[in-house]
Amino acid sequence: MRPIPLAENSAKFVADKGHEGHFDAKLWMIRQKRDAMARTIPEWEELRDLASAIKEHTLSNLVHYLETFEASAKRNGAVVHWARDAKEHNEIVHGILKDRGATTLIKSKSMLTEECDTRPYLESRGIVVTETDLGERIQQLDHEPPAHIVGPAHQKTTADVAKLFAREYGSDPASREPTYLANVMREHTRPLILEASAGLTGANFAVAETGAIVTVTNEGNADLSGNAPKIRICSVGIEKIIPRNEHLAVFVRILTPSATGKRITQYTSHFLGPRQGGEMHIVLVDNGRSARLGMEKFWTALKCIRCGACLDTCPVFRRSGGLSYESTYAGPIGMVLMPALDAHRYREFPKASTLNGSCTNVCPVKINLHEQIYEWREVMEKKGEKPFVEKILMNAAGRLLSHPGAYRAASQAANAFVRILPRWAVYNPFNTWGRQREMPAPASETFHEWYRKNRKHRGK
Amino acid sequence: MGAREEILDNVRKNQPCGRDLPAVPMFHREGRPVTETFAAALKTMAGETIERPPSDFAEFLQRRFPAAKNICSAVPEFPGGKKPLDFPDWASPAAIDVTVVRSPLGVAETGSVLLSEKELGVNTIAFLAHDIIVLLDPKRIVENIHDAYAHPAFRDSNYAVLLTGPSGTADVGGIVVHPAQAVTTMTVIFWPES
Repeated sequence: MRPIPLAENSAKFVADKGHEGHFDAKLWMIRQKRDAMARTIPEWEELRDLASAIKEHTLSNLVHYLETFEASAKRNGAVVHWARDAKEHNEIVHGILKDRGATTLIKSKSMLTEECDTRPYLESRGIVVTETDLGERIQQLDHEPPAHIVGPAHQKTTADVAKLFAREYGSDPASREPTYLANVMREHTRPLILEASAGLTGANFAVAETGAIVTVTNEGNADLSGNAPKIRICSVGIEKIIPRNEHLAVFVRILTPSATGKRITQYTSHFLGPRQGGEMHIVLVDNGRSARLGMEKFWTALKCIRCGACLDTCPVFRRSGGLSYESTYAGPIGMVLMPALDAHRYREFPKASTLNGSCTNVCPVKINLHEQIYEWREVMEKKGEKPFVEKILMNAAGRLLSHPGAYRAASQAANAFVRILPRWAVYNPFNTWGRQREMPAPASETFHEWYRKNRKHRGK
Repeated sequence: MGAREEILDNVRKNQPCGRDLPAVPMFHREGRPVTETFAAALKTMAGETIERPPSDFAEFLQRRFPAAKNICSAVPEFPGGKKPLDFPDWASPAAIDVTVVRSPLGVAETGSVLLSEKELGVNTIAFLAHDIIVLLDPKRIVENIHDAYAHPAFRDSNYAVLLTGPSGTADVGGIVVHPAQAVTTMTVIFWPES
C-alpha cells in the first residue's frame, strides 16, 4: 500500500481556513478545560502515577489477568470469544448475529471496531448497522471514519452538520443550533434503537476480578445498545483489562477529565452479565497487541486509555483535521501505534511532530509519547523508510559532509548562488523547508572563512 | 492451536517482566458536608438536587412535569401509573414520561447515583424515560469514587450504572446540549429511607 500522504492531506485541510480555525480552537478549548479540571483534583499527579503503574503491572501479568477475567465473565453468564485479528473478530460478531437471525445492530462508539472495519464487514453481509453516538452517526451518514477518538465529528462545523441532516433527514438547513440538531438525531435514531435485534459496545475497561465491561458515555447510548436488545456483544482489546474495582476507581477519575475536562461522564456503566432473558458475548481481541507487548521500546503504548488528550494538545494534529491521517489512531498515539502495523504505509507519521513533549505531559497514564515518536524515526531510518528525494538528498549530504574540502567549496558556491538565483529556482519543489517560510538571508561569509580570519592563529 | 491458546501463548512469550501493583489510597479529605458537595457536583452536570422530600409528591410531579401522563414508579413511596415489570419488552419504556427510582448510593465528588437492575427491574426505564427522578437517602452518600467502588452492586449485579445528570452531547459545535439519546432531565431528591 502507498504511504499515507499526511503532510499533503493536512495542507489541503489547512487551506480551508474556516475549518482549520474551528478544529484548532475546539481542541485547544478542550485542552484548557482538561487543565482547569485537573487543577481541582489535588491528587491528580498521584492518580497519573497510579494509573501508569496499574497498567504496567497488568500488562506485565496479562496472562493471569486475562484468565481471571475470562473465568469471572463466564461465572456471570457471559460467553467469552477470542479473536487473533480483525478478521476473526468480525467473523465471530457476524456469526453470533447470523445464528440468531439478527439483521439490525445498534452500536456505541468503539475504536476497536473501527480498527477491525467491523461496520463495513457487517453491512456487506446484510446487517443494518446504526451508530448511536451522535458524532459517530454524523460520520456514518457522511461516509467518513471518525476524525478524533473522543469527538468523531470534531472537524465539522454546526453548518456542516445542519447541511448533512437536511440532506439525510430533511431538517432545516438554516437551523444550526446544536440543541435542535441533537434533537433531529434523537428523533431519527431512537426508533432504530428500539427496533434493533442486537447491540454492540466497546469497552473502556474490563475488570478481571468481577468480569465487568465498563463503558463511559455522555449520551447513554452504550446503555441503550447494551440493554434494549436481548443480544449484547462487547468487543474488547486484550489491553483493556485491569485487576479490581479499586483500580477502576483511579481510571474513572482520570479518564473523563483528560478527555473532555468534565469530572465524570453522565453514564459510567458496568455490564457484568446478560440482561434478563438475554445473552452477553465478549470478544477478546488481540490484533497485534500481544506482538507489541514484546517491543521493548513501544510496549507501554498499550497503557493508552483512548482519552484523546494527546490529540487535543498536539499542534500538528490540531491543524490536520484528523482525517488527514487516514488511520484509526491519529495524532501522537497514532504515531506510535500505527507504524508497528505497517512501517511503509505509516512512514510519514513519526515526522508529524514537533517533539515538544506536550503529549507526554498530558497523558493520564504517562506514556512517553514524544520519546517513542523519536524512536520510531530511528526505526524508519534503519528500515530505509523515507521518500525517494529525501534518500537522494541525504545520501548526497552524507558524501559531502565526509569530505571537508568538497563541503567548503559547496557551501561557498551555495551562498553565492542563492544571492543571484531567481526566486522560483530557490523555492523549487524540492525545497520543502521553503514552502511555508522565507529562506534566511545568505551569510556574508561561511563559518570556515570567518574562523580562518579570526581564530585560526590564536593560541599558537 | 485455537485462538485462545495462541493469544495467551504470545502474551506469555512477550509480556515484560512483572511490575508491582501499587496500593490505591482512599484520598479522603476533610471538607464541606457530602450533601453540599454532591449537589454542587451534580449541578455542573446539569442535574438538580432537591434537599427534602416534597410534602405532596403527586402534586410536585404535576407541577414539575405538567404534560406527563405515563409515570413509572419503582419505589414504594409513590404508586405511579406503571411499574417496571409492566414492560416485559425492554424497548417499551420509551413510552414513559417520568421514571421514579431509589438509588442505594450517592457519590459526593461527582454528583453520581448508583442504579442497578435491583432498583430498576427493567434497566431501560432509567434511560428510555423522558425524565428521571432519583430518591436518595443522604446517609447513603459517600465521599468519592474510591468509596463508591466498595459497593457490592459493582460485583453482584449484571448491570450497574453511575448516573450523573441527564444525557448530553458536545458532538455538534463542541457545546454541551441535552438531551442526547437518554433522559432529558435528572432530579435527585434527598429522601431518607423509611
